[in-house]
Amino acid sequence: MGERIGIEVSQAIAEAAMLSNVDVIAAYPITPQTHIVEHLAELVASGELDAEYIPVESEHSAMSACLGAVATGARTFTATAGQGLELMHEVLYVASSMRLPVIMSVANRALSGPLNVWGDQSDLMSVRDTGWIQIVAANGQEAVDNVICAFAIGEDRRVLLPVMVHVDGFYLTHVIEPVIMPDREEVDRFIPPYDYPLPLDTEKPVTMGAFAPPVLYPEAKKAQDVNLRGSMPVILEHWDRFGKAFGRQYGPLEHYRSEGAKTLLLTMGSIGDTASAAVDKMRDEGKDVGLVQLRLWRPFPFAEFRNAVRDADLLVVVDRAISFGGPGGPFCSEVRAALYDEEKRPKVTGFIAGLGGRDITVAGFEDMVARGIEIAETGTDQEYEIYGVRE
Amino acid sequence: MSELAVNSEKTRENHPLGEYLRTDRFPHIWCSGCGLGIVLSAFIRSLLNCGLALDKVAVVSGIGCTGRAAGYLKLDSFHTTHGRAIPFATGLKLANPELEVIVFSGDGDLAAIGGNHLIHAGRRNIDMTVLCVNNFTYGMTGGQFGPTTPSAARSTTSRAGNVENPFNMVGLAAASGAIYVARWTTAQVRQLERSTTEALQRKGFSFVEIISPCPTYYGRMNRQPTGLDQMRYYRANTVVKHFASPHEVGVALGGQIVTGKFIDTERPYLPHPQEGHDGA
Ligand SMILES: Cc1ncc(C[n+]2csc(CCOP(=O)(O)OP(=O)(O)O)c2C)c(N)n1
Ligand code: SF4
Ligand SMILES: [Mg+2]
Repeated sequence: MGERIGIEVSQAIAEAAMLSNVDVIAAYPITPQTHIVEHLAELVASGELDAEYIPVESEHSAMSACLGAVATGARTFTATAGQGLELMHEVLYVASSMRLPVIMSVANRALSGPLNVWGDQSDLMSVRDTGWIQIVAANGQEAVDNVICAFAIGEDRRVLLPVMVHVDGFYLTHVIEPVIMPDREEVDRFIPPYDYPLPLDTEKPVTMGAFAPPVLYPEAKKAQDVNLRGSMPVILEHWDRFGKAFGRQYGPLEHYRSEGAKTLLLTMGSIGDTASAAVDKMRDEGKDVGLVQLRLWRPFPFAEFRNAVRDADLLVVVDRAISFGGPGGPFCSEVRAALYDEEKRPKVTGFIAGLGGRDITVAGFEDMVARGIEIAETGTDQEYEIYGVRE
Repeated sequence: MSELAVNSEKTRENHPLGEYLRTDRFPHIWCSGCGLGIVLSAFIRSLLNCGLALDKVAVVSGIGCTGRAAGYLKLDSFHTTHGRAIPFATGLKLANPELEVIVFSGDGDLAAIGGNHLIHAGRRNIDMTVLCVNNFTYGMTGGQFGPTTPSAARSTTSRAGNVENPFNMVGLAAASGAIYVARWTTAQVRQLERSTTEALQRKGFSFVEIISPCPTYYGRMNRQPTGLDQMRYYRANTVVKHFASPHEVGVALGGQIVTGKFIDTERPYLPHPQEGHDGA
């Protein structure tokens, strides 16, 4: 069994990639991802990790180099954040459509302008439709475990898709947390060897990324969507295997005192920990409030989600990104869309909070719940509220 | 008055260039011993030497410790995204040829993520002045190695020494087509000031590389832990060779630094000179 140690989450993520026996890393530094790639560079330099570390000249090159590496059948990892993820954007679509399972951790960061290096989920939301599997970690342990799971999931022949593991910038990347680091042998047993079915190989030449005119393109895109949706049972299967092997069970959602609660807070990422403290406090005060955290953002777990909120009257959804001029935070829109066809559906109130690293406190969550109840009772026609911002 | 306001008031009064600085943004982020303050002061003095109307000057920077200069100057300035200072400046200059456009940015910003823009602006000979502060590292993000880091130098991503070959920035600028190319260190303030003044006066793509200490990362990891150590190294190892071939003056770890004006020439530039504007 692995040992529980105090470790900076970024370092732990780098070590998780090492334990997963990664062959190639290509990265460009950006705050708050830097400690992940610096530690990987150290592990390679010290010989602990036998891999190629390619320090490219931009994120666009980083993702491109990763695609080249993974297409030859090498296990490939990278990490980025905020602006860097934006610069990778066009290549992200190529990774998923060419079924190239690059694994990437994203240290979530706000987007310019104004320039801001702190955490929110604007970057995460901007890559929503790139076709990657997207897992959002709520703490250091989840980050480590899900980087390991990401290799098993992404490289599975039934899936063959790239996977992002999101971790909140600074709130997770720069804190020291108690983390159980799995043993190398255990991880070896858990992740099967990477066996890419159609590697670029001079003996058996293949062409990737060729031109697809209108007679082919829609079929290719449908196949991609079917494939991403179809990855759901495989993701669950690997999480179950992980649970059996390591004793930590993951699922698309995490429930905290949500059973039968009339009001449910909905969060994604590390704010869930604070939200759970707020739930404890409100429960102590006799308020009927629970928490549901979303871990699997893509593919969206519609069935599990509808099930989880079935008995609630009110959902208070907290987004950490804005869809400017749109229907609310992207998470809240998704929640509303998922529930629209339900006969009995809870009222949904959306809040946008914690932008650009602004802290969301326990009192903040209590406030949003109280405000959500007020909106539900009095009814307002506003789609969402941007919480805690000076006028 | 807050302590910050008092300090910024004092800076305005006491610093000889205080009136050109946004002292309300102080304290600045630069580490003690960093060379960036020297470069910024030299640049302001060069601007004043040129007698330019300051409301016709625009400073553009990318992201990095160097890039922060755009926010500290009391001039029109734009802090672009990482690597994109030159294309932004190109848009500025072509849309408003009356502006004197200066790019003030770091080696990583100009040679790594923005390297493509540097060579194309040189090729087109866009009328702008690029000041490239080369501290041989990505300072802002914690001292990783980049495209100018000398071979064998240590960094947070090359603990055992850099195995790559660096760019020689003046050679790159010259090969791209720059009409004015010079290199100085922060230990040659007067030469730097004079050369920057010339660069500002030239029509076309001018490039000045300024070798500058980053004690916090590059220095500390390469046995020159203070800004003063790095300045002493510059003093002891710098030679001036005007019009030396810019292609033969690469900087090796701990080696000699050849400085001087390497290219000073003319060729057609963009935007084309027009009636009422420069040149005509
Ligand atoms: C697209 C993108 N990638 C990465 C970064 C992170 N980043 C900020 S500054 C910088 C390097 C700065 O190096 P340099 O230009 O040499 O400036 P210095 O800090 O050394 O003065 C990097 C990699 C970013 N802001 N945006
Ligand atoms: S990190 Fe280096 S370049 Fe940045 S301010 Fe400090 S000394 Fe200067
Ligand atoms: Mg630099």
